Amino acid sequence: MDFDLNEEQRLLKESVDRLLLDRYDFEARKRHMSGPEGWSPEIWESFAELGLLALPFSEEDGGFGGGGAEAMLVMESFGRALVVEPYFATVILGGGLMARAASAEQRARVLPGVIEGRTRLAFAHSERQSRYDLADVRATAVRDGEGWKLNGDKTLVLHGDCAQQLIVSARVAGGPRDEGGVGLFLVAADAPGLSRRGYATQDGMRAAEVALRDVRAEALGDPEGAMPIIRQVADEAVAALCAEAVGAMERAHELTIEYLKTRQQFGVHIGAFQALQHRGAEMFVALEQARSMAMLAAMMSRDPDPVERSRAVSGAKVQVDRSGRFIGQSAIQLHGGVGMTMEYAVGHYFKRLSMIEKTFGDIDHHLRLVSEAGGMAL
Amino acid sequence: MELAFTKEELAFRDEVRAFIDANLPARIRDKLRDGRHLSKEEIVEWTRILHKKGWSVPKWPVEYGGCDWTPIQQYIFSEELAAAPAPEPLPFGYSMVGPVIYTFGNEAQKKRFLPRIADLSDWWCQGFSEPGAGSDLASLKTRAVREGDHYVVNGQKTWTTLAQHADWIFCLVRTDPEAKKQLGISFLLIDMKTPGITVRPIQTIDGGHEINEVFFDDVRVPAENLVGEENRGWDYAKFLLSNERVGIARVGASKARIRRIKELAALERIGEGRVIDDPRFRAKLTEVEIELKALEMTQLRVLASEARNGKGKPNPASSVLKIKGSEIQQAVTELLMDVVGPYALPRAPQEDGWNEPPVGPDWADAVAPSYFNTRKVSIYGGSNEIQKNIIAKAILGL
Ligand SMILES: Cc1cc2nc3c(=O)[nH]c(=O)nc-3n(C[C@H](O)[C@H](O)[C@H](O)COP(=O)(O)OP(=O)(O)OC[C@H]3O[C@@H](n4cnc5c(N)ncnc54)[C@H](O)[C@@H]3O)c2cc1C
Repeated sequence: MDFDLNEEQRLLKESVDRLLLDRYDFEARKRHMSGPEGWSPEIWESFAELGLLALPFSEEDGGFGGGGAEAMLVMESFGRALVVEPYFATVILGGGLMARAASAEQRARVLPGVIEGRTRLAFAHSERQSRYDLADVRATAVRDGEGWKLNGDKTLVLHGDCAQQLIVSARVAGGPRDEGGVGLFLVAADAPGLSRRGYATQDGMRAAEVALRDVRAEALGDPEGAMPIIRQVADEAVAALCAEAVGAMERAHELTIEYLKTRQQFGVHIGAFQALQHRGAEMFVALEQARSMAMLAAMMSRDPDPVERSRAVSGAKVQVDRSGRFIGQSAIQLHGGVGMTMEYAVGHYFKRLSMIEKTFGDIDHHLRLVSEAGGMAL
Repeated sequence: MELAFTKEELAFRDEVRAFIDANLPARIRDKLRDGRHLSKEEIVEWTRILHKKGWSVPKWPVEYGGCDWTPIQQYIFSEELAAAPAPEPLPFGYSMVGPVIYTFGNEAQKKRFLPRIADLSDWWCQGFSEPGAGSDLASLKTRAVREGDHYVVNGQKTWTTLAQHADWIFCLVRTDPEAKKQLGISFLLIDMKTPGITVRPIQTIDGGHEINEVFFDDVRVPAENLVGEENRGWDYAKFLLSNERVGIARVGASKARIRRIKELAALERIGEGRVIDDPRFRAKLTEVEIELKALEMTQLRVLASEARNGKGKPNPASSVLKIKGSEIQQAVTELLMDVVGPYALPRAPQEDGWNEPPVGPDWADAVAPSYFNTRKVSIYGGSNEIQKNIIAKAILGL
């Protein structure tokens, strides 16, 4: 058993934290969000310089071969700072899919741009009816000469408005919710027949609706057998979200404890009231439980056994979302009126935690998955 | 023990229901049903409709426009409003300053202010809290110094709900800085148009604008706007805060939200089924319904004892209603988050004139903001921690 970071991981964490400390405090974040993209191209460039955009790719693809632990470190730090840049969409989702589904030729064509910060990716997967069911894919792909032709509508495509390349899931064969018959397709965002509508999300990030009308595309890997890869990358994505949530919870908890030590009412720091001390302590317990499960998810997210992998990851999402709800709500409560204001940071942590809860499966969804898998197999 | 309403009460309920049905503008009802904010004009419009019927200030004494209803009738009335859903009377004039004026004010103040509250000619806001005085309200610092026939007011109020619409603000101000905290406070009525008043908006986490900071810089207030006696303001404030007893549970509003949740959960699908058929969701919904039923019974017990014994001193049972009522309101917004699922994410701009099609179902965009906004109900009006302190002290004797 070893929960400590190795030397490289420690350096990675330090460099990310230093960048965020210097350039990503709450006021700086507001500036980053106020630009036309809703995030900062300069920060994105810094991510490229630090090698963060190369993190998950193999060395032959020009990357660093980072795994679950490295993704966890980066995402946890991002959670602490409430980073709004499209890292999750481009590197965790898009990068994960490219690394696993694309051919060597496709990777050589696309990944250098990603690594250098020129190309952003997005995963156009969810549809109006699909909710959290990953196999519920109704967009279609039909053969068109050498390539494929896509039709359908994708929704809630995270950072889909700023991506240059979209990875679209579409059905080649089978019924609407069949495991088989789904493929992944690479499409340039400016391809004829593709239209996008971008919008802000509740947590200050961005997403897009994507419509596909006879859009020409190339397949990434087996056009009828992508579901295992989609499930693998979705588990990696959930593990990354769990880590981000832990970072956000940790910071929300810190802000709250600082507030209890400074806010005066009835002639004392409100932290002198035992009811609030206990609430702060309960938040700490919830945070540590979440942290443990986020680590489990990070370590299991690349496990070769898909059943054990998903069991651990879904279990983690349940625990993390629960802790996130409790910590987010408590943080607001203990701040009183101040917690309700847009001007103050703590509400933004609450909102991000609330949205993480609704991304890639909520508590009920993952609880169902774990129950159906026979529980945590203790 | 008798659970059912009497025949007369049922007839009354039908009359109220029919009136609301016939007169509530559909636009207002739909906005409330989806958890959206009303404009000032919409609130005024509805208050005027009630006023014409003689129902805008039902719990006031008849001589000031009240209805002489029993507590049960009052309860039925507010339940029916909530069920419609129709706007409930704006509390600042109706439940807060109005009763203070007719209980402690002089004749001139009653004549001047009460009729204009009843038809919402005057919009009031509540200037109690300050940056340094929240739960510890008595530590407030806004100063009022008597100069001839005026008070000169300096200081700051905050969290002032809907001050941006207000014509008047009722304030707790410190008139005797030497006296013990509670004893040097007075209750002043201040015209928002008086020179020296600045209102600055505070944006809440849902993106809305419902609270404000209000700054007072050498604001000259005629001494005739003092309510009751100088330095007795704390007594009037305690009266005001204890006056709202039953409404705070908001049982009717939560019932209406639950009915709406059931409609929406029957529209949203999970896989082959509907959200409403999902056993986990159903169990959670049912748990909240049971809690709400219990709260309704508790509320009726408080009401019945008031009907029997008359309104007495502040009833610590109101803390039970506040704690459970706020928890249930919050639980209801969480259920709706579960129904809407991933479509909680998109944020529709609040600006008027936004005309892009909704992302996902057309009711989805109000769900997350309403979840965020409803965190306030366990903070304001005496936070839940403060309510628990009250129960521990006043009921449990700890
Ligand atoms: C949306 C909104 C609208 C409002 N509208 C108005 C309005 O129109 N007019 C107006 O005057 N005010 C208004 N308020 C103010 C409201 O009444 C205060 O926010 C409330 O009294 C709490 O004060 P505070 O925000 O300063 O928090 P604090 O008093 O600083 O409390 C911070 C935390 O400490 C806890 N705490 C404090 N004291 C104790 C104790 N002794 N024991 C245990 N825990 C304690 C609180 O419960 C809370 O969790 C509004 C507030 C909100 C959020």
